[in-house]
Amino acid sequence: MPTQLDMASTELRDVNATLQAAAKAQVNEPYVIINPRGSHAMACGLDGPLNVTVKGSTGYYTAGMNKEASITVEGSAGPGVAENMMSGTVTIEGDASQYAGATGHGGLLNIKGNASSRCGISMKGIDIVVHGNIGHMSAFMAQKGNLVVLGDAGDALGDSLYEARLFVRGTVKSLGADCVEKEMRPEHLAILKELLDRAGAKAKPEEFKRYGSSRTLYNFHIDNASAY
Amino acid sequence: MDKTPQTLPRQSWTFSNEINSEIRRAAETGIYDIRGGGAKRRVPHFDDLLFLGASISRYPLEGYRERCDTSVTLGTRFAKKPIELKIPITIAGMSFGSLSANAKEALGRGASAAGTSTTTGDGGMTNEERGHSTQLVYQYLPSRYGMNPDDLRRADAIEVVVGQGAKPGGGGMLLGQKITQRVADMRSLPVGIDQRSACRHPDWTGPDDLEIKILELREITGWEKPIYIKIGGARPYYDTALAVKAGADVVVLDGMQGGTAATQDVFIEHVGQPTLACIRPAVQALQDLGMHRKVQLVVSGGIRTGADVAKALALGADAVSVGTAALIALGDNDPKWESEYQKLGSTTGAYDDWHEGRDPAGITTQDPELMKRLDPIAAGRRLRNYLNVMTLECQTIARACGKSHVHNLEPEDLCALTMEAAAMARVPLAGTDWYPGKAGF
Repeated sequence: MPTQLDMASTELRDVNATLQAAAKAQVNEPYVIINPRGSHAMACGLDGPLNVTVKGSTGYYTAGMNKEASITVEGSAGPGVAENMMSGTVTIEGDASQYAGATGHGGLLNIKGNASSRCGISMKGIDIVVHGNIGHMSAFMAQKGNLVVLGDAGDALGDSLYEARLFVRGTVKSLGADCVEKEMRPEHLAILKELLDRAGAKAKPEEFKRYGSSRTLYNFHIDNASAY
Repeated sequence: MDKTPQTLPRQSWTFSNEINSEIRRAAETGIYDIRGGGAKRRVPHFDDLLFLGASISRYPLEGYRERCDTSVTLGTRFAKKPIELKIPITIAGMSFGSLSANAKEALGRGASAAGTSTTTGDGGMTNEERGHSTQLVYQYLPSRYGMNPDDLRRADAIEVVVGQGAKPGGGGMLLGQKITQRVADMRSLPVGIDQRSACRHPDWTGPDDLEIKILELREITGWEKPIYIKIGGARPYYDTALAVKAGADVVVLDGMQGGTAATQDVFIEHVGQPTLACIRPAVQALQDLGMHRKVQLVVSGGIRTGADVAKALALGADAVSVGTAALIALGDNDPKWESEYQKLGSTTGAYDDWHEGRDPAGITTQDPELMKRLDPIAAGRRLRNYLNVMTLECQTIARACGKSHVHNLEPEDLCALTMEAAAMARVPLAGTDWYPGKAGF
């Protein structure tokens, strides 16, 4: 039986302290949080293997800076879900608000619904799979990692992109500065297949287009000033 | 034909030689000038204030016999483990990447020996820095380069950087020539490319979001660490008030003389307010909220001497922070490198092309050969000495004003030499009991 924490009667600090201690103890036991009521900073800073299921929707920064833990939100998540995640898996059964996976260094953020604007902003190695659509300015200044979108992407995808890989199955409203469509080579198809399998996404790698940096803005040159 | 009488050649004040050289440089290169450091223009500063000292109605303390304490505690509002410092002078945030590893180590050694804290910068925390700093403040910046929860937990305090005095509203740029393999790895980027640091945080906007962001940082670190919020000298009254509202334990206020590793000269010289102009509005905001001394105020930007420290404290700060001065103490712009500065088109005291990575003093560089020039042990000792001297100077002034703790210095101990300084510091013009804006006149 999973350990149940009821946020109707338990303070956020106590919930997080319990989860953080359990993660640190490497117990790898299941925890269930009920009545989350949109609380912010829930299940953040976990540092070890632990299974956490949140029964409902959460506020800002759910699972922030996660390491190793597997956290599932059976609802939607507010801004900055899994921000700066280092490793582990965060699954959102519903939609995610702005900045999902921002600055994440590793692990998998699996969003079953849609993600709002700036999904994957400044990502640094995280893998993000969005089963629905993503909003504008997603992957802005994305440095490293993979962003997979089964639906459509909004305006200015990948603006000022560095080395992150972007895979989109649907339409892209517009590309940001320095972001271009790139050839999908066998190694990219293999990466994509592995990510789709991990995320349980029913899609074929061949249906996607790949986008990446043209690297023209990597070193400032006055001829490119209008791109900034 | 008679010779027409000539006047002496007259240089234009508007089109000075300095301005003309900048016009020629811009025409030649097509790009704005980038440099390090803070504002170089003359602005009203602590030099424009004087202490009154003791008199018949104010008793001084005996110079070498009566105690004048200098300790300061930062982060008393919410943090379980506030920062305890022996002196009210801290080392400002400067990144590994912009500074060499030896320079960061020297800062840690010097600060620790003097009993104060040092601060990371835009590039993450290095082991050298952590290992040599007894009190280390970890900056939380928009770029989040190198940000990770392990370093967050091993820091002694967290500083959320909203702005910087040299460039309030601006991001950063570390040019490719300083991006070595180690710097690149820490920042998750390829070697040799220009690294742009965003000016806005990627996952919050505005004070309401910031409050939640601070909640998250506290939850991740068990509410142990003081949370500082660093603001540039833009709108100090409102920014201080909003920082308090967002839950800051400490507000760090950086005026326009505060340095940067690299940004546009036009930004450094034309955006932001002088440090002197920022302190009283920030203190006023704290007082209006009933939070003065409960949320500590750290002032930076052009602090050079113990007199500057004393004046900042008298205006209401709890501590000050030094960056440029600390680098000079380590050996930056030292006359012994004059011939090399000249080869770089500069001179001692004016060298500010820190972004190019060719610093003869081995401080603002990642060049292995240049880095060797800075002995971190000797440089750390120099910094310790400098911090000790500033502290002694501050105590000297405080005792002369009859104060048993440097925090007891107050605006009443000061007068101003100029109308501008009087207006900004809200202390009387010397010889009067008036300052511009004072009610009743």
